[in-house]
Amino acid sequence: MAEAVSSNDNQYLTFTLERELFALDIASVREVLELVNITRVPRTPEAIRGVINLRGRAVPVVDLKQKFGMGSTASTVNTCIIIVEVDIEGEPTVLGALADSVQEVYEMESSQIEPPPRMGTPIRADYIRGMGKSGEQFIIILDINKVFSSMELAGLAQALGEAGAEAGEA
Amino acid sequence: MMSQDDVHRLAYLEEAKELLADLEASLLELERSPDDADLLHKIFRAMHTIKGSGAMFGFDDIAAFTHDVETIFDKVRNGLLGVSRELLDLSFHACDHIRALLEPDNAGDAGLAAAGLTLLEGFRRYAGEDAAPTDVAMPAPQEESPGVARIYRLRIRPQGDILVTGNNPLHLLEDVCSLGECRMFVHVEAVSPLDDLDPEACLVWWDCVLRSSASRQELADVFVFVEDECDLTIDLLDDGCAMDGEGVHKLLGQILVERGDITPADLENALSAQKRLGDILSDKGLVQPSQVASALAEQSAVRDLGQKQADRQEKASSIRVAADKLDFLVDLVGELVIVQAQIRQAVDESGDPHLRGLAEHLERLSESLRDSTLSIRMLPIGATFAKFRRLVRDLSTELGKDIELVTSGEETELDKTVIERLSDPLVHLLRNSIDHGIESPAERQAVGKPAAGRISLAAAHVGGEVCITVGDDGGGLDPAAIRAKAEQRGLLSPGADLTLKELYHLIFQPGFSTAKAVTSVSGRGVGMDVVKRAIDALRGSVEIDSERGQGTSITVRLPLTLAIIDGLQVQAGGEYYVVPLGLVEECVELARGEDGQRRRIVNLRGEVAPVLSLREAFGLGGQPPSIEPIVVARVDGERIGIAVDRVVGEHQTVIKTLGRLYRDVDAFSGATIRGDGSMALIIDVAALVRREALFEAGRT
Repeated sequence: MAEAVSSNDNQYLTFTLERELFALDIASVREVLELVNITRVPRTPEAIRGVINLRGRAVPVVDLKQKFGMGSTASTVNTCIIIVEVDIEGEPTVLGALADSVQEVYEMESSQIEPPPRMGTPIRADYIRGMGKSGEQFIIILDINKVFSSMELAGLAQALGEAGAEAGEA
Repeated sequence: MMSQDDVHRLAYLEEAKELLADLEASLLELERSPDDADLLHKIFRAMHTIKGSGAMFGFDDIAAFTHDVETIFDKVRNGLLGVSRELLDLSFHACDHIRALLEPDNAGDAGLAAAGLTLLEGFRRYAGEDAAPTDVAMPAPQEESPGVARIYRLRIRPQGDILVTGNNPLHLLEDVCSLGECRMFVHVEAVSPLDDLDPEACLVWWDCVLRSSASRQELADVFVFVEDECDLTIDLLDDGCAMDGEGVHKLLGQILVERGDITPADLENALSAQKRLGDILSDKGLVQPSQVASALAEQSAVRDLGQKQADRQEKASSIRVAADKLDFLVDLVGELVIVQAQIRQAVDESGDPHLRGLAEHLERLSESLRDSTLSIRMLPIGATFAKFRRLVRDLSTELGKDIELVTSGEETELDKTVIERLSDPLVHLLRNSIDHGIESPAERQAVGKPAAGRISLAAAHVGGEVCITVGDDGGGLDPAAIRAKAEQRGLLSPGADLTLKELYHLIFQPGFSTAKAVTSVSGRGVGMDVVKRAIDALRGSVEIDSERGQGTSITVRLPLTLAIIDGLQVQAGGEYYVVPLGLVEECVELARGEDGQRRRIVNLRGEVAPVLSLREAFGLGGQPPSIEPIVVARVDGERIGIAVDRVVGEHQTVIKTLGRLYRDVDAFSGATIRGDGSMALIIDVAALVRREALFEAGRT
């Protein structure tokens, strides 16, 4: 559903993780915040950094770099939290995503967007909705719903794994 | 956007459900005191309203069905039919049927319609067995013989807001006129000049003289929908006593009409002449015509003053508000409490005494605002209890047991959400008591107990919690049977040493049931674990007390509200956490042992409690202080120490859910916002202790 709306808009929010340029469909982005204090929830996967207070609501924040296996997001002046609304199993859910820096709102015609290449992408191909271009640099357009619905399952599995390991160690 | 009609239909549905609940409660009471005329009237009124408003809002099948049932109850009310168990059974089924008809999904369901006809057939059979020929059986109250025309004076004073509630007094007047010959006198003194006129206020009232063969009750029934919005006085005039002069004159005129000596037109003339007689007073300059009217009004007002004041107080005592508006209000108050905490923190840092005074004032205000807002959401639990009366009645009949339900503490108030979510677990507990708890009458007599069993359902406030106890005087739990079952199911290793309480708690394990036979009621092993889970979800606890042969009582403890709690903030490993204050018994300090190791047990004045370290439980790392503060909490009746780095203090804690992503994290019941805007997690102590116990078990 979001797809139909978004392809008309052709607007994307670009941000960086390490050197790579990523983009999110502007329709799923609610706002961009400066980095605030994130409260860690113990015994949850590293990729979920914790919760923040978004005007009185507890909003989970996901470290996209951890999620994509690119190491942990460090706290710098440029670090931002992108608040997105995603659809997890049909339920609209508000989440935060950590980005090293947020760039701009960038317009791309759908004709300019190519399907994800089979190999050679820095992240799993099924998280990618398409590849755009800004000058010479590629922009990886994320399929945000896929990224986050896999989050939940992976998170659970990982949490269980940790618990099992610890019980074994002791 | 909902159309006006939809809004009305929704309102009707809600009202009808409430009326049905009332109806059931009255029927149950009627079972105990079948001769109570007031109750019969109440039942009749409820049915009448369901019927009348049903027809108004297009629920024709409901109107038709209820009409026929109402007819039967009219006969009962008039003493033509007796109250019997059969009638009550039919009536309960009728309630169920109406409830089914109210479901929008069931509209036009042929099966349902057939069921309705069968029910009505049953009613008719009942009426036929017992009743005089139906047509003669017109409403015949003792004081008024049917068929004879009587003269009534009605004083109809709609209240100002009658129009706002969607009633049109003119329709009422038309209904009155349709009962017989009628004359209306309209009083318009109170109507303000056009400029100040509030078009939504009803400022007129009427005196009405009616000649009709209708009974007083039938007259009153016209106004049954507006009982609360309209002051109605009905005086029977034809005995000619206790009336003022004007009344006597009118009466004379109407008697003449009645005898056929004059025509109604003559009467009208005579009446207007008499009006002029009244005018003579004012012609003499003694009074103004309006003064006569107002004097009359005053007279009646004085007479009814006491009554009206009582009425008005009752009316002012409740107001219907949509639940989501309340939820929004509670949210806002939650935000306010958070901001207030932030202000307090900022003010404490600034050290300005003037600001501090203001902040303290604000804190007191927001605290009482919080309390009164939350109290709006509080409902007495009695309505839920009333529902159970029916359940116990039906189930015990089905199982061939004789069981009495004794309730107490109906006025105990609980958060609306808690009450809603409490209903199912209580049903499970009651079913268990009825099916497993209470023995059959024969068994009971064999052990010297009265044949009728007794289930008690009690609610009470205990500290910051509500205690609900379901008790029965049945056979009690059998520890040996539980042990055998648990061993068979692999829940317990053979010969394990358990206290009686621990053993009883095994019945809350999934798939546990000691009933030998599966009945339609229970025995499938679902139930008690569902109860436990539902109560846990409400942040409550369950306790079992049982004595073999004497009965079982299960106590459910619940917090008063789910939205805001008092919490104790603690710090561990640089993060802040909140322990619900209701669980906390005390805070002590624990130094390391002489070998420099952390101790795992704390001695509380001779009593020993295990200590759980938050740092370890949450894998926070870092060095704990050498003397650790211990928060002593009581969980499931046992004390446990929680070692933290620092106890910060007591705070009002607004509970925010952690959301979907964290739904598998069970050690936290939510998060709250700290004074500085960051978040602190609220520890679900019971779940944490359970998890740690599980790890302990894994270690050994």
